[in-house]
Amino acid sequence: MSVRSVIAVLGVLAVVGLLVFGLAIKGSSGLEVGEPVPTAALPELEGDGSQSLADYRGRWVLVNFWASWCPPCRAEAPALEKFQREHGGPRFVVLGIDTRDLSDDGRDFVREYGLSYPLLRDGDGDMSDDFGTTGLPESFLVDPAGKLRLHAPGAVDDEYLSEQVAPLLPGGKS
Amino acid sequence: MRARAALVGALVLALLAPVAAAADQASLTEIEKQVMCPVCGTLLQLSESPQAQRERVFINRLIEEGKTEAEIKDALVAEYGDEVLALPPDSGFSLSAYVVPIVALLIAAAALAIGVLRWRRAGGGPPEGESEARPAAPSEQDSERLDADLARYDL
Repeated sequence: MSVRSVIAVLGVLAVVGLLVFGLAIKGSSGLEVGEPVPTAALPELEGDGSQSLADYRGRWVLVNFWASWCPPCRAEAPALEKFQREHGGPRFVVLGIDTRDLSDDGRDFVREYGLSYPLLRDGDGDMSDDFGTTGLPESFLVDPAGKLRLHAPGAVDDEYLSEQVAPLLPGGKS
Repeated sequence: MRARAALVGALVLALLAPVAAAADQASLTEIEKQVMCPVCGTLLQLSESPQAQRERVFINRLIEEGKTEAEIKDALVAEYGDEVLALPPDSGFSLSAYVVPIVALLIAAAALAIGVLRWRRAGGGPPEGESEARPAAPSEQDSERLDADLARYDL
């Protein structure tokens, strides 16, 4: 192979590599039902520790992405807290993930709505991107095996939680 | 004489001190040009989203606390990660954002130079030592016609 051919091949490979890199950093197009959910560890919003979704294996988890500056997140917060109080326990938990938000604002939000479920921080939004969220809020119901069972883009309310989420939980009561 | 010089020096310092302090003090307008609104994906100065407003409140609070521009940018990175910076940091993997374009430019310049040299060697340009081609000499017939014309207008 001549030098000219090698240079041409290297040029084409470089262009293809850049395209693939661009697509890779663009992120996935979103999780499909049945796919395993991301399990990267995130810092706790209130506390020094960190947690991962892998720590919740064996439980149903309603992962809720939110931010204090997002009005629909404020609208759904009471319903999520109520659902956690009614259904939370060793087999189910709501897990809030404060994304692309200031930590002080996030903590103020938690106090304002009296949230009692575990809350993590996703300041750079990487976890939100890994889940393929397209806006806030978004909720994902994860089964005990760590696979996605239900995706709720937008704010949830009492009706949605009791009709769509509760029937999937152990006991299936709504 | 010495006392007068000391007095003048003190006056100059007193006049320059506020200027230097103002230069050190961070300003929202300057920081807005250097950081992003992470949700909008645009410079903070171009965004009016609710998240951008909260970011401005955060920056103003740190300015009031007397933080420098670098300290405020560090605080923003602690909150939102490196992506909040409009220009990536010049360390680690982000360094490639600066190095890759320069390397690409050098490779392109080298490829262009090699291409031009090869083209000239292959006879694509004028022979070495001659900057432009010589015009062809007029034919005998043209010369005779030229002489006749010149003779006709000879004064």
